[in-house]
Amino acid sequence: MQPAFSVLFLTTLIGAGQGLFLALFTAELGADIGWTPATPPAFLAIGAAVALVLTGLGLVSSFFHLGRPERAWRSAARWRTSWLSREVIVLPMFMAALACYGLAHASGWSAAHPVPTLVLGAITAALALALYLCTGMIYACLKFLQEWASPLTVINYTLLGLASGSTLATALAAQTAAPALTAFFGAGALLATAAAFVFRAASLVRNARLRPKSTLQTAIGVRHPRIVQISQGFMGGSFNTREFFHGRSRALLRSVKWVFLILAFPVPALLLATGVWLDRPALPALAFVLQYVGLLAERWFFFAQANHPQNLYYQAVA
Amino acid sequence: MTQLALVIDLNVCVGCHACVTSCKQWNTSGAAGPMSDRNPYGADPTGTFFNRVQTFEVGEYPNTQTVHFPKSCLHCEEPPCVPVCPTGASYKRPEDGIVLVDYDKCIGCKYCSWACPYGVREIDEQQRVMKKCTLCVDRIYDASLPAAERKPACVLACPTSARLFGDVHDPDSEVSQAIRERAGYALMPEWGTQPANHYLPRRRTTIAIRPEELARADNPLKVDGKLPKPPLRDPALDDVTSW
Repeated sequence: MQPAFSVLFLTTLIGAGQGLFLALFTAELGADIGWTPATPPAFLAIGAAVALVLTGLGLVSSFFHLGRPERAWRSAARWRTSWLSREVIVLPMFMAALACYGLAHASGWSAAHPVPTLVLGAITAALALALYLCTGMIYACLKFLQEWASPLTVINYTLLGLASGSTLATALAAQTAAPALTAFFGAGALLATAAAFVFRAASLVRNARLRPKSTLQTAIGVRHPRIVQISQGFMGGSFNTREFFHGRSRALLRSVKWVFLILAFPVPALLLATGVWLDRPALPALAFVLQYVGLLAERWFFFAQANHPQNLYYQAVA
Repeated sequence: MTQLALVIDLNVCVGCHACVTSCKQWNTSGAAGPMSDRNPYGADPTGTFFNRVQTFEVGEYPNTQTVHFPKSCLHCEEPPCVPVCPTGASYKRPEDGIVLVDYDKCIGCKYCSWACPYGVREIDEQQRVMKKCTLCVDRIYDASLPAAERKPACVLACPTSARLFGDVHDPDSEVSQAIRERAGYALMPEWGTQPANHYLPRRRTTIAIRPEELARADNPLKVDGKLPKPPLRDPALDDVTSW
């Protein structure tokens, strides 16, 4: 598949936004039980605002993927069958709940009403998790894109979002000088990054062992081991040759894979650990930036690696 | 229930692209149009087509077969492109099974094209919506046309009658009989899409000749064994004598 930058930014930005909120809400819950240090409402409000900006940017980015963005409102219609439609509904719901959550903490309403705030947070968290499910299922439900058609796709979208979000939470906590929270978020970010690495590596191993179900034999229905395409029927390009081929070399694909394997996992983990250990607030911020770049590479690779069966019909120009 | 479809006979398709050009002509001027082209006379032309004819070589020289393979929307009975559409622009008509795109509802998100394993949906770069074969829905029901012309443009254009059109759910239709009696098959059956369009395979015409059929033999079964058998080289009086 040809990676579309609108979708790369959409999925990485909203993933980080959801992850950031889930990290904040976990800390708030922990503080209420007494397991984690207190979460100042101002910090939660700032965090919610940052998460809102990220998801908003993701939403804006998604419009660049549409041929007819002015009709985007129509895409909420088929939520019964389409995961894309479900995502289109859940994303604004999550943003609205997130805005309420942020406002509740910014206005001081949360201090007066702790239980309704927690309920609001729980609803927002449920929406954040539902959004991960919708985003992942958009890809995982396409059964003949075998690289994507796996529960690992949903797990990875969730874990990678949680990793980048909690790294961002660590960076925010470090910047606003809450050392106890920094350590809590840092530990969470390390855990999420490690889990994301395990499952992303698992999906890489799985995809390396895939055997395409469709072959040229089933594509044209001729039972012969040797079939070659002589002509695809036209000399110029077409939508089919542009949308489904990344047109890059295998070597580039391999280097992008190593770039994201290094940038998204060990490098931010190392920076996070040193940042928290030595109390350097700049390091978690750098960790987030590098991890985000790594996740962009990861998403690019996710698309480029997917081999669409329609490509069987477009192997030779003439 | 009706399921209109094409049956394409690969045995007689000569790869002339008449179906491609007639499809483009009819649909670019009809309800589905325009099917815009970009840079049509430039170095890198590209455009929207509903139908493509591709060519494959099967086997190894000198035992090769050239297979011309017309490819358009297969109007699947379980179309994977329809449920994924977020707007409902992509739909399958219950009355005749044609899979269509409502160009006024399509947002051009391309998700349906990702969900089609056959690669038969193409986005129109100018109108910025997804387009695909309509089975000439604006033509096959047009009562102002003579009944014989109420067929898709590609079917009418095919010089070798390689394209048959009809209801594949009616067991007595021309297309159902062709599928049944001439080994019609569906593409990529592994995905369970149940394409309505079928393809008829290449057939090689062979005659089985046994060695004794090559030598002239009067009365080969020797029914009248008592009669003397003439030498092989003797002139025979075919149809006159009865040895």
